[in-house]
Amino acid sequence: MATVAANSATVAHAEEHDHHEPQSFWRTYIFSEDHKTIAKQYLISGIFWSIIGISLSVMFRLQLGFPAMKLDFLRPILGNWINETGKLDPDFYLALVTMHGTIMVFFVLTAGLSGTFSNFLIPLQVGARDMASGFLNMLSYWFFFLASVIMLGSLFIETGPAAGGWVIYPPLSALPQAHKGSELGMTLWLISMALFIVSQLLGGINYITTVINLRTRGMSFSKLPLTIWAFFLTAVLGLISFPVLLSAALLLIFDRSFGTSFYLSEIYIKGEALPNVGGSPILFQHLFWFLGHPEVYIVLLPALGMTSEIIATNSRKPIFGYRAMIASMMGIAFLAFIVWAHHMFVTGMNPFLGSIFMFLTLIIAVPSAVKAFNYITTLWRGNIRFTPAMLFSIGLVSFFISGGLTGIILGNSALDIQLHDTYFVVAHFHLVMGAASAFGLLAGVYHWFPKMFGRMLNEKLGYVHFWLTFIGIYLVFFPMHYIGISGFPRRYYAFTSYDFTKNIFADMNSFISLAAIFTFTAQWIFIWNFVYSMFKGRKAPQNPWKSNTLEWTAPINPGHGNWPGEIPAVYRWAYDYSKPGAKDDFIPQNVPYSQTPESNLPHENELIGLEKEIEAQNLNDQFKQPH
Amino acid sequence: MVYIIAILSVIFLGLAVMVISRMASVVQTASGPVDEDRIGMSNRLNAGMMVVFFVVGLIAAIWSFLHARQFFLPEAASPHGRHTDFLFWLSMSIITVAFIVTNALLFFFAWRYQYRPGHKASYYPENHKLELIWTVIPAVVMALLVFTGWRAWRDIMAEAPENAQVFELVGKQFNWIARYPGVDNNKLGAFNYKLIDSNNETGIDYTDESSFDDFVSTSELHIPVNKPILLKIRARDVLHSVFIPHLRVKMDAVPGMPTRFQFTADKTTDEMKNITGNPNFTYEIACTEVCGQGHFSMRIRLVVEDEASWQAWCKEQKPLLSSSPELASRIPANLKAKAAKYLSAPETAAPADTTTASIVKNGETVATASVR
Repeated sequence: MATVAANSATVAHAEEHDHHEPQSFWRTYIFSEDHKTIAKQYLISGIFWSIIGISLSVMFRLQLGFPAMKLDFLRPILGNWINETGKLDPDFYLALVTMHGTIMVFFVLTAGLSGTFSNFLIPLQVGARDMASGFLNMLSYWFFFLASVIMLGSLFIETGPAAGGWVIYPPLSALPQAHKGSELGMTLWLISMALFIVSQLLGGINYITTVINLRTRGMSFSKLPLTIWAFFLTAVLGLISFPVLLSAALLLIFDRSFGTSFYLSEIYIKGEALPNVGGSPILFQHLFWFLGHPEVYIVLLPALGMTSEIIATNSRKPIFGYRAMIASMMGIAFLAFIVWAHHMFVTGMNPFLGSIFMFLTLIIAVPSAVKAFNYITTLWRGNIRFTPAMLFSIGLVSFFISGGLTGIILGNSALDIQLHDTYFVVAHFHLVMGAASAFGLLAGVYHWFPKMFGRMLNEKLGYVHFWLTFIGIYLVFFPMHYIGISGFPRRYYAFTSYDFTKNIFADMNSFISLAAIFTFTAQWIFIWNFVYSMFKGRKAPQNPWKSNTLEWTAPINPGHGNWPGEIPAVYRWAYDYSKPGAKDDFIPQNVPYSQTPESNLPHENELIGLEKEIEAQNLNDQFKQPH
Repeated sequence: MVYIIAILSVIFLGLAVMVISRMASVVQTASGPVDEDRIGMSNRLNAGMMVVFFVVGLIAAIWSFLHARQFFLPEAASPHGRHTDFLFWLSMSIITVAFIVTNALLFFFAWRYQYRPGHKASYYPENHKLELIWTVIPAVVMALLVFTGWRAWRDIMAEAPENAQVFELVGKQFNWIARYPGVDNNKLGAFNYKLIDSNNETGIDYTDESSFDDFVSTSELHIPVNKPILLKIRARDVLHSVFIPHLRVKMDAVPGMPTRFQFTADKTTDEMKNITGNPNFTYEIACTEVCGQGHFSMRIRLVVEDEASWQAWCKEQKPLLSSSPELASRIPANLKAKAAKYLSAPETAAPADTTTASIVKNGETVATASVR
């Protein structure tokens, strides 16, 4: 263990620990190895990407909601993708859908959410000086940055970005002659995603190592805040599943460029019979969804973890069922790996497999239900303070329930026959995965902004932002279920070709588009608040939310190494809120039981004897390692 | 709907004005002193909004549901479709109850247990009995849903009966091609993708004599009512997916891997015209797997008619071999004689063989590669 920590710690600082040479601007803000700076880099990149990703969705919502609209005003941005008659090009419509999905799932909700908060909170909440390897951490961000540059660049090339849906099923994605979006845009997509996966793996290894090795004295796994449990399980999920996507992408690159036939068989296209035989497009789908399904939880678990922390803090109550929460996260993480084929019920996969995957999929409802009930019970008989973070967390629970429930229908293979690839699916996953995770991200920003920037976000604007966003998202996605139940297929440029979609729900689609534009507009309140408060916000107090976790014991603007002097030891769990007998309604984790005899439970008095032992423990302080 | 949009726009406009005015005041107070305990009006306001949101939201949800219901799950015209529709509404009613109860508790608790000065929350970290209850109840409900869903799925995906009428649907960018087994032997001939050209769009292999009477159509698929149908599905270029909304049929078309879907349509197109009250009603087949630029318009009409008129229609159709005689060059010498009648006499008289008993194992050569 010591060697792991020592190796990484050698880079940044020399034998003398108490003061550090001021580093150059480049090393401080750009190629920084400090987890807090890297977290902020991820956050700002994530916000940038979310603006792009949501703008793309607004563009295709204009097409869907107002098919007759002249879109000439978009020509300054989209150029010739708006044709002479002022219509959006159908190829580019598919590109918009594809890039919206890719950007939101990977660049915003994976990198922007997990990258920001795993980096920021893991060292601060487990009591570590920094990540296990600051250098790998820096590499992780810059691989992500490179991936971002390439993905962004692909939006501007002549044939357009990848356009086969974010799932990039071959043969469409493998054959440049099949589709404009399968030309250079697809190549760039694959390169970008390969780099992105490298970034995720570097990050994930770091998160896992840090949580296992660098916890402070007394911080046993059973005392970890639920945020850390969630980040830890997320990193494990990513580490196991992302390599599978990498191999899927590599095989696709081979098929595209080197004439192999992993995914191609018996294809006749553009007047030519291709020589490839023996491959299987279904193979790609299995590989893709082996990542793709855990990815849903990679996106969602950090949001659930942060929400647990925020709801407990602001209800002034212990999180209800701490162990049940961990168990259900572990259950979800495990099941996440064995449900992937529920995305493939009607792909021609063996129906027997469909039965198995239906069974496994519906089991996931059980730990999810436990989590939802535990959140609700945490509110029960609390003393709730509605900070913006708390509001977004309650919103998350509502989305998690509303979107999760429709999963019970979609996970049922017999019912999926009709609903597969309709707007019902779109509505389902946007609520449970998209909106819920986005609310987790926003809740996290509102809650930990004071720790990040030493200033407070404006609360009133936070309230307005929450209500507009919360209402807006329901207005977008609730009616979308109706369109799905009526059989409207997704990824359709227009609904005019079929009698069963032609004359119905045109007004509903307009309504959804308006609601989407409205919701997008409301986000500028947040962005303004974010930027303004970063420089001009009220100065943050030491512990603005009266929270128990360790990060609030660090200085308001933590420097290199997070704590000056010794890292605090930990004696209790993170959820001693409103403990009977205690004079405050919170007891931070670093307060020993010997100092709180008035509120100790009988079994906790016995733990007083262990305090000496905890204090004498070998401190995993990276500053004290020989190197 | 126009009115709702108008009302909402007004509300949103009002909110926008509010936000802007707030921003102005924020800028003024931003540098003010830190006030640690300022929980007051806004906390009560947010708590109240929780309940308002739930009540108004629920009313809006119910109203919009009733309003949109007329378009839900368009009239099912297949027995399995009505069964899955029933299961859909069963699941939907269960999740609606769960949706309302859990959301109600969430928003009600949020309002009820809002901050009160001097009040302390109760220290209530766990209760194993409660955890057990809400683990077991969802588990039991899920077991019920899994069981009913699994039985339906098993029946739908079962082997097609012996007497099923076979059709083939081939997806390409950007249309469907229907291939019929023909009137003489009721068997689909073999195919090979390397034989595809502009005359032979589905790659029919004329070394197989079952192919001689096959005919194709790109505009319509005619099927008989109340008879088991086995739809064989394949794709020429990229993934497509057969979607027949009114029959609750969906199955991907995969290049290199033929798939299939068996169903029975029990309402003819004319009956559906009466039921839906739409004189222009027609069954449609759509594509639901993104396949490129024309994905949204891969329409082919489906005509369901009674057996007699279906057979009469089939007899009017010309085998591909008759309409494209140049394909005859691909027929091996030993089968030339058998093919002669399709080449010489365009007006082929159908044989008396109107029963379907002629489906024998040979006809299954096409399906050897299909998945089960």
